[in-house]
Amino acid sequence: MDEGELVEYFRTQMSQNPDVASAVAAIRSLLEFLKRDQSETILGLRENLTQAIGRLQEADSSVAVSSGGELFLRFITLTSLEHQDLSQCKKVMVERGELFLKKISLSRNKVAKLCHNFIKDGAKILTHSSSRVVLKVLENVAADKKRFSVYVTESQPDSAGHQMAEKLRKLNIPVTVILDAAVGYVMEKVDLVIVGAEGVVESGGIINKIGTYQMAVCSKAHNKPFYVVAESFKFVRLYPLNQQDVPDRFKYKAHTLKTAENLDKEHPMIDYTPPSLITLLFTDLGVLTPSAISDELIKIYL
Amino acid sequence: MADAKEKEEPNQAESINHTADGGEPKKDDILRAKLEGRELTKEEKQRLRKEKKQQKKQKGGKEDKTVTEHHQGKGKKPVASSESQTATQPPPQKVPVTVPSPTPSPVQVPAPGPTAPSPGPTAPSPGPTAPSPGPTAPSPEAPVASAAASEKPAKTKAELKAERRARQEAERASKTKKGEPGQPSSSSKNKAVPNELQPVVKRLSEHVQVDDPAAIKKLAKKLERQQIPLRSDYGYKVSLFSHLHQYSRKAPLTQQISIPSTVIHPSVVRLGLQYSQGIVAGSNARSVALLHAFKQVIQDYTTPPNEELSRDLVNKLKPYISFLNQCRPLSASMGNAIKYIKKEISNIPSQCKEEEAKTKLLECIDAYINEKITLAAKVISEYAIEKISDGDIILIYGCSSLVNHILCEAFEKKRKFRVVVVDSRPRLEGREALRRLVKRGISCTYVLISAVSYILQEVSKVFLGAHALLANGYVMSRVGTSQIALVAKAYNVPVLVCCETYKFCERVQTDSFVSNELDDPDDLIVTRKGTTQLQDWQSVKSLGLLNLVYDVTPPDFVDLVITDLGMIPCTSVPVVLRVKNVDQ
Repeated sequence: MDEGELVEYFRTQMSQNPDVASAVAAIRSLLEFLKRDQSETILGLRENLTQAIGRLQEADSSVAVSSGGELFLRFITLTSLEHQDLSQCKKVMVERGELFLKKISLSRNKVAKLCHNFIKDGAKILTHSSSRVVLKVLENVAADKKRFSVYVTESQPDSAGHQMAEKLRKLNIPVTVILDAAVGYVMEKVDLVIVGAEGVVESGGIINKIGTYQMAVCSKAHNKPFYVVAESFKFVRLYPLNQQDVPDRFKYKAHTLKTAENLDKEHPMIDYTPPSLITLLFTDLGVLTPSAISDELIKIYL
Repeated sequence: MADAKEKEEPNQAESINHTADGGEPKKDDILRAKLEGRELTKEEKQRLRKEKKQQKKQKGGKEDKTVTEHHQGKGKKPVASSESQTATQPPPQKVPVTVPSPTPSPVQVPAPGPTAPSPGPTAPSPGPTAPSPGPTAPSPEAPVASAAASEKPAKTKAELKAERRARQEAERASKTKKGEPGQPSSSSKNKAVPNELQPVVKRLSEHVQVDDPAAIKKLAKKLERQQIPLRSDYGYKVSLFSHLHQYSRKAPLTQQISIPSTVIHPSVVRLGLQYSQGIVAGSNARSVALLHAFKQVIQDYTTPPNEELSRDLVNKLKPYISFLNQCRPLSASMGNAIKYIKKEISNIPSQCKEEEAKTKLLECIDAYINEKITLAAKVISEYAIEKISDGDIILIYGCSSLVNHILCEAFEKKRKFRVVVVDSRPRLEGREALRRLVKRGISCTYVLISAVSYILQEVSKVFLGAHALLANGYVMSRVGTSQIALVAKAYNVPVLVCCETYKFCERVQTDSFVSNELDDPDDLIVTRKGTTQLQDWQSVKSLGLLNLVYDVTPPDFVDLVITDLGMIPCTSVPVVLRVKNVDQ
């Protein structure tokens, strides 16, 4: 399977299942790649996989693809591959890959189950842009027969907020779309803020759609809890100190990175929210404070 | 109690006579030797130790951990025999000691830790004080009581031994159950929890109890035993820091010992002098110098007959460590290095030949220096260079060998940055850093710490070194560091602390008062244009000069800690400690 096919497969996965996270689609494509790979040695296989991950990152530059790919690679090579036969090794790796995929497909449900207890009856929730995890959480809360209303920001430049509002209306949840600039205005009315994350960094901060940082600063000023919901495959080994420190390859869309002459003139698609502004993170590893994220990351990566 | 000390030896001899196995003439020898000031031979010392052990058993199975004496020896009463009524005198004395907040020093860990079954003089110096009130206080009863005791121990000795062993096993089991995470929290409530985590619950080190006469007496006795002179404090101490030592640089400890010293190895004497005069300064430099001196010691060491290298060498090192501690209080990194060496020495198998053992130990020390200091510096620079971008203006404080190394490496890798060196009196270490950086060709600015809020508006990152990283995430570093971190936080400038993992210590401290170091107050005196205002500061009763060396920075001011294990937030230090302990 060459790289073009891989990207094609990835794109079809994304379009066929719009509900899954981009990282899950990436991992499925990598698993397919692994099954069809023709290399003769383990080292060659590993190299091919790393190259494939790089290729996928070029296709879709979100943080989640990068973190998901790295975790996938670590997970399948975690066991000691002592079998003499390469095909045996590959079989073990494919099995582990399937296991990993199954685990992470369930992670969204786990997160939703943990989070819905924190939303009380009559709550007013503010969220940012379109996140499938937040949608799942709100679905669960609605199924619990709790009454609540949601404010969603428009989230320019791609107006993703409107899509979120549509999905929420289908679930019969009262929703209001607000301007990105109206976050400060609305903050005094809401009880809590829930956002998803594209990546969770080592310090316990998150990388998410641009506008999240603003919302976090505002909620801190109003003393409203700021919750983040994220699956564990989004944990990434980055440690940004401030907005400038986030690598360029995550800030802009893949297309922009290739075609733009001067990146300074382009608008970044994501921003970094430091851990001091986040109250709690809901992950499939449990409900964590930002300082515990580093703990979990050390457990996963060390 | 003071006169009890003089009476102690003869009384000890008396009480010994009642219980001894008939070694009377030997006791007199020892007594004479002590009174003459002659150095006790190995055998005599051993005999003394054995007798003290017996005495302790006589006092009723009192365990040789001073922790029990810290809290209520009353708890031990049901176990103790009737003679221990006299032993209740020391416990009430110890109670005021528990009042200052517990900050267990890592230096003391080697002493109580592995020495649970070890000979007397190392673990509890209250040993000698225990029998002394015994004979002096109820003196008429003493002969009768001790006579009775001479029969009783014969019967109950075996019982007591068995009891003690059972208790030790129970404690060991509970210790492994509690595991590592229990340590930082337990050390903060060690006074309330009696004795369950025996080597982990540490007593307060003597160097933070200078205003407590009992602790000082204990220290003096210990040093006397090891034949190290006690260094006396100098000058008026500010009352908030009266629990710390304050020495004068003009009176080094080496003036009080005869050179060449029979007790202390010459390279250790030299090292002590270098520490006290400030010739060797800086956490890494001190640790490396210490390890080199110990290498020399090991090379020149020969095992005496009938002794095992693994036990004897550790005992040989103890007076050296006390001596160095007297010259200048040991740092956390030195404490960890000493712990490592002691562990390596005690792990030497007994059938190992001396030459082989010595080469193995020398190799271990070299490996430690290489791994924990040299290679760690390399790895840390690699991580740190990722965080330095072109056009950065980096602020550093004082002279940290690690930060200087990072900046030089970054410059070699062709990063474009400027450096602002912040300096402070009286050490003016920033000048050394400035010298090193300018020699490499890095463009630097030099300011004093009073200008830090002015210069910080231009700065993009702050790089700080650390003396130690405490278990609750606080950073212990040169005084002034916490100030810089605070101002940087106010200006939203990221603060990065660079620290090797061997400097992580399991102590917990939230303020800079509880455990610190006071330097020579005369350093603050400066002569300008021929006049020295503070020359006669000692004569002014209401004037105190305070020359602090360290301060602690809370973890909220630190954005990132770069260690050889990676980049971690300041709150993850206990995780690293846990991972490290699991590895070991």
